[in-house]
Amino acid sequence: MNGGDILSLITVFVLAAFVGFEVIAKVPSTLHTPLMSGTNAIHGVVLVGAMLVLGTASGTSQMVLGFVAVVLATLNVVGGFVVTDRMLEMFKVRKPPKVSAESSAGAPSIEGGPK
Amino acid sequence: MSLGTGIRLSDLIAAICFVLALRGLTGPKTARYGNLLGAGGMTLAIGITFATNGLTHFLLIVGAMVIGIVVAVPAARFVKMTAMPQMVAAFNGVGGGAAALIALATFLRAPAGSLAVYEVVEVLLGVVIGCVSFSGSCIAFAKLQEVMTGRPITYPGQQVWNGIVGVAILGLGIVVCVSSANWLVAIVLVLALAFGVAFVLPVGGADVPVLISLLNSFTGLAVAASGFVLHSVVLVVAGTLVGASGTLLTQMMSRAMGRSLPNILFSAFGSVITATGGAEGNTTRSVRSASAEDVAILLAYANKVIVVPGYGLAVAQAQHTIRELADLLESRGVEVIYAIHPVAGRMPGHMNVLLAEANVPYEQLKEMDEANPEFQSADVALVVGANDVVNPAAKNNPDSPIYGMPILAVDEARNIVFMKRSMRPGFAGIDNDLLFDQKTTLLFGDAKDSLTKVVAAVKAL
Repeated sequence: MNGGDILSLITVFVLAAFVGFEVIAKVPSTLHTPLMSGTNAIHGVVLVGAMLVLGTASGTSQMVLGFVAVVLATLNVVGGFVVTDRMLEMFKVRKPPKVSAESSAGAPSIEGGPK
Repeated sequence: MSLGTGIRLSDLIAAICFVLALRGLTGPKTARYGNLLGAGGMTLAIGITFATNGLTHFLLIVGAMVIGIVVAVPAARFVKMTAMPQMVAAFNGVGGGAAALIALATFLRAPAGSLAVYEVVEVLLGVVIGCVSFSGSCIAFAKLQEVMTGRPITYPGQQVWNGIVGVAILGLGIVVCVSSANWLVAIVLVLALAFGVAFVLPVGGADVPVLISLLNSFTGLAVAASGFVLHSVVLVVAGTLVGASGTLLTQMMSRAMGRSLPNILFSAFGSVITATGGAEGNTTRSVRSASAEDVAILLAYANKVIVVPGYGLAVAQAQHTIRELADLLESRGVEVIYAIHPVAGRMPGHMNVLLAEANVPYEQLKEMDEANPEFQSADVALVVGANDVVNPAAKNNPDSPIYGMPILAVDEARNIVFMKRSMRPGFAGIDNDLLFDQKTTLLFGDAKDSLTKVVAAVKAL
């Protein structure tokens, strides 16, 4: 990589840092956890790098490092998005249920919970 | 259009998706859409990588991905809502580990001495930050999963030792830049792992979520560093976005707890049980405990009840039972609202997630600022498994370690009912004078059992 390339990467880095600071100016505390989980999923993009390492690996040690990196990165990206989606499922706008207190009280709970 | 151009274009689209995903995640209405957009951008970025020139070992790549998916999906799908924080810690840790491995592999692959100094620096940043994030997240996971104690672990000269390790990493890093010796990089790697552990040990259980957020932004930076190593724009963009927004989010979280970030990281908060009240006070001062029936009568004939849910409610999985009780009270004409402290549960926003899961109407959930003026007119404040977030010591005892933390003004309600497992102090390890107050009634036991008994008693009235 020549000097021009590293400079353009640094440019990208600095601009992305500004965008990162600006884009989440105000977050209600309700959403702190989902936002953390969502950003956690986004850095799962490291999978792209892990794929490049494994895909160009030669020799056993390189392959092992690359393989482990792909497994770990996949955990990060898949787990991250699924967990975030599960948290946000809870926030979907629902119509207020117009059922009487008795029937809703008798309704089975979603999870059941430990007895 | 050449393949290279295609990859660069799709990297650009993926980067835009990530920015919009972050933006979406900051509003309740757009959050889910934001997350899906992020996943879409991610799929594009990963998919196009398969088309990279000269990429081989496709079977190995797909095989490794399948292993990752087979482990991650069930883990993420079926984990209990209360265990979410440690799940995020785990997924964050492996991301940091992956970033470190990428930087390491690239370093080992290059013929000795062929890397320019700035390239070695990129590698070292990736390895060090990635390793700190990995081992730090492991300890954070262990603390929240209660594999190890949640209390801060301190030893004499802790900060000095941490400082020495930090300086050693820096010094060795400089030597590596000059000599490029593999074994030196190995030592740096081990030191970075040790630093991650040492960094997290003194942080108390209640503060771990803030720490996870910080480690999350570390991983973002490690990913950005590995992007520099691999000359991958999409890694730099996404990693930096997370690094920057994660840092800001960490600050917001610590502000919500009324503490500064250095205070959270270095003060070993909650390691000492404070003398105020003390053990002696516990035995001499009397508390008023009541039966479920007494509590039922108090609640059923109130005009307004404010529920203060805490972590105890979450661990007991009592969110459905509290909703049942609230429905029952409402059918008797009692006004019920929920006052949610920003750090109720184990993470900011955690309690809202749990209550939403139990179908508690959104409009009944009041944030702290909204809820506090309501306590004056409340007949009963029903505190279920919360302690530190209602401790008046935060307002009126400057000696208390939680002094200055914003709390729910439960003490202004006409009656207070605490549902607690025992007299044990909360996460922060501080006695709560409110428990001994004249207008306080205690109902001991598991939150779910207690609530079930109260529900039955209200029905019987």
